[in-house]
Amino acid sequence: MYKYDQYDQQMVDTRVEEFRDQTARRLAGKISEDQFKPLRLTNGLYLQLHAYMLRVAIPYGTLDSRQMHALADIADRYDRGYGHFTTRQNIQYNWIKLAEAPDLLADLAKVEMHAIQTSGNCIRNISSDHFAGAAADELVDPRPYAELLRQWSSFHPEFSYLPRKFKIAVIASDTDRAAMKLHDIGIQIVERDDALGAAFYVGGGMGRTPMVAPSIRDFVPLDQLVTYSEACLRVYNRYGRRDNKYKARIKILVHELGAEEYARQVEEEFAHLLGQGVEPPLAELERIKTYFADPAFQDASNDTIDRSDPDFALWVDRNTVPHKREGYVSAVISLKPVGGIPGDATARQMHVMAELAKSYSFDELRVMHTQNIVLPHVRKAQLYTLWQTLEAEGMGAPNLDTIEDIIACPGLDYCSLANARSIPVAQKISERFAETGKTAELGELKLKISGCINACGHHHAGHIGILGVDKKGTENYQLLLGGSEAADTSLGKITGPGFSEDGIVDAVEKATDVYLRERSDGERFLDTYRRIGMEPFKEALYG
Amino acid sequence: MKILTGNDLKSGAVIWWTGHDWSLHVEDAVNVGERADEIARREEAARRVNAPYAIDAELRDGRVRPAHIKDRIRALGPTVRPDLTLKPADPEARHWVI
Ligand code: SF4
Repeated sequence: MYKYDQYDQQMVDTRVEEFRDQTARRLAGKISEDQFKPLRLTNGLYLQLHAYMLRVAIPYGTLDSRQMHALADIADRYDRGYGHFTTRQNIQYNWIKLAEAPDLLADLAKVEMHAIQTSGNCIRNISSDHFAGAAADELVDPRPYAELLRQWSSFHPEFSYLPRKFKIAVIASDTDRAAMKLHDIGIQIVERDDALGAAFYVGGGMGRTPMVAPSIRDFVPLDQLVTYSEACLRVYNRYGRRDNKYKARIKILVHELGAEEYARQVEEEFAHLLGQGVEPPLAELERIKTYFADPAFQDASNDTIDRSDPDFALWVDRNTVPHKREGYVSAVISLKPVGGIPGDATARQMHVMAELAKSYSFDELRVMHTQNIVLPHVRKAQLYTLWQTLEAEGMGAPNLDTIEDIIACPGLDYCSLANARSIPVAQKISERFAETGKTAELGELKLKISGCINACGHHHAGHIGILGVDKKGTENYQLLLGGSEAADTSLGKITGPGFSEDGIVDAVEKATDVYLRERSDGERFLDTYRRIGMEPFKEALYG
Repeated sequence: MKILTGNDLKSGAVIWWTGHDWSLHVEDAVNVGERADEIARREEAARRVNAPYAIDAELRDGRVRPAHIKDRIRALGPTVRPDLTLKPADPEARHWVI
């Protein structure tokens, strides 16, 4: 994985010292909160419901064991012994003290990490496929391209004050595991005439106006990747709405101009920029690629999995996915125990995951946007030992992509923007389905919950989505059906009037009962919904 | 009644105006009536509070209870982690919030 060079390290160290000074001045009363707030936000420090919250960037979700150990130590030293992995492949700490934040950032910098670009109207931390470099179906590892864009976007002076925040995802397979078309820019590395290039989708997003990004260009040569990205940003920076926060995201600009007109303007800007020497030399991309070379895989083609333990066999079936190398799999560590808090991990669990990565996965871990952790390269022969440790540490739930594998944002338990709590709903749903034993029967069913319209819990993109709203001071939950963030991206539709906290759990069960009654062979919940439409579900929910 | 709340500047902890100081416990909050802005400005300038604001509350069974669930969650702590709330040993505390 990528290692900082002296410039990266110096940049991060300098920023820590700047922030130390800014914090000292704030605590001494030399600057006001109005002056300090943008400074702390550019360092990932928010003021949330109970305390300061720090969001740490994990570029494209990739970590090594040293970094995961450091995150665990931070949870113990500066927080209350746990952290929350987010849908942006980052981690958040909920109980940070302002006076200690500079020391925390200094500890992060020691392991080549920071909290920059996790807030504010800049290009945010870039996300990618959590199985990158391991997936059997990928064209190439998308992370070198994500890293190139990370370097280009870090502290980019022109794009530090965009009309609104800006999120980029990079993938390199037809199976979209990064919700690519729901980003401001989604990039898919593709092949044409034996050459690699990038397909650009611009103007997607969730939030209060969800949109699926239209295709803007189907092939940008790789030696123009940065230049074309810059052209996309320039047009947005120039014409994006700064007068209205709710209309300021690029999706509104692309929608209002029309994808064709936006693309035309980008082409114009692109033609201009091509002569400006914006693009880094291809040698830089090649340098970056060396950091993402395959680890020293062994010949494991004779590895087999002993399935005699049925609990283990179930976990293998649910939580491991095919790897590009024979004898290996990617193993998903579930942070969704039944009744647990989606995405939360204790410091001890983080230490355990770090050690498992060291022992079984070439020292690598990935954070999934679905709030689980991946060990990308595990030999089949070592899976049983790995699973036994996970089981013992409460991380062995065999529920990947099932109704118990719920995405839930922090909601009103932690977030000052929330209208309703998300986590208790997730807990009750996972408990209900574990109790009724229907989880296995339901198969792939992605359920996502947000505590407000900002949609951090991706509710628009859930096969079943839940949105918390405030109904005259009481929590209320809207139900959505039919969303997807995979290659067949679609936006869920609201079923009708909302439900109470307990009512929404019943409603979800009723919706799944309609599916079980109506499904044809091999259909997932989403497929059945797409075939039969909303009416039978409405009938069951409100009839 | 109107009560005044904010976060402690250094620790970020949720705090409540008691009439002469700030407390971690909402039970100590007093009615500030029309004086919320004046107290907030003074206390913020003295760096004893960050981002103060006034909220509606009621006295229920002699105890101060913020009108909105958001402030009740702020007052107690996350409902999903009773161990991290101000009343970890009180199983009834959650009912007070919801
Ligand atoms: S969706 Fe709303 S409630 Fe949930 S984390 Fe985002 S802003 Fe907070």
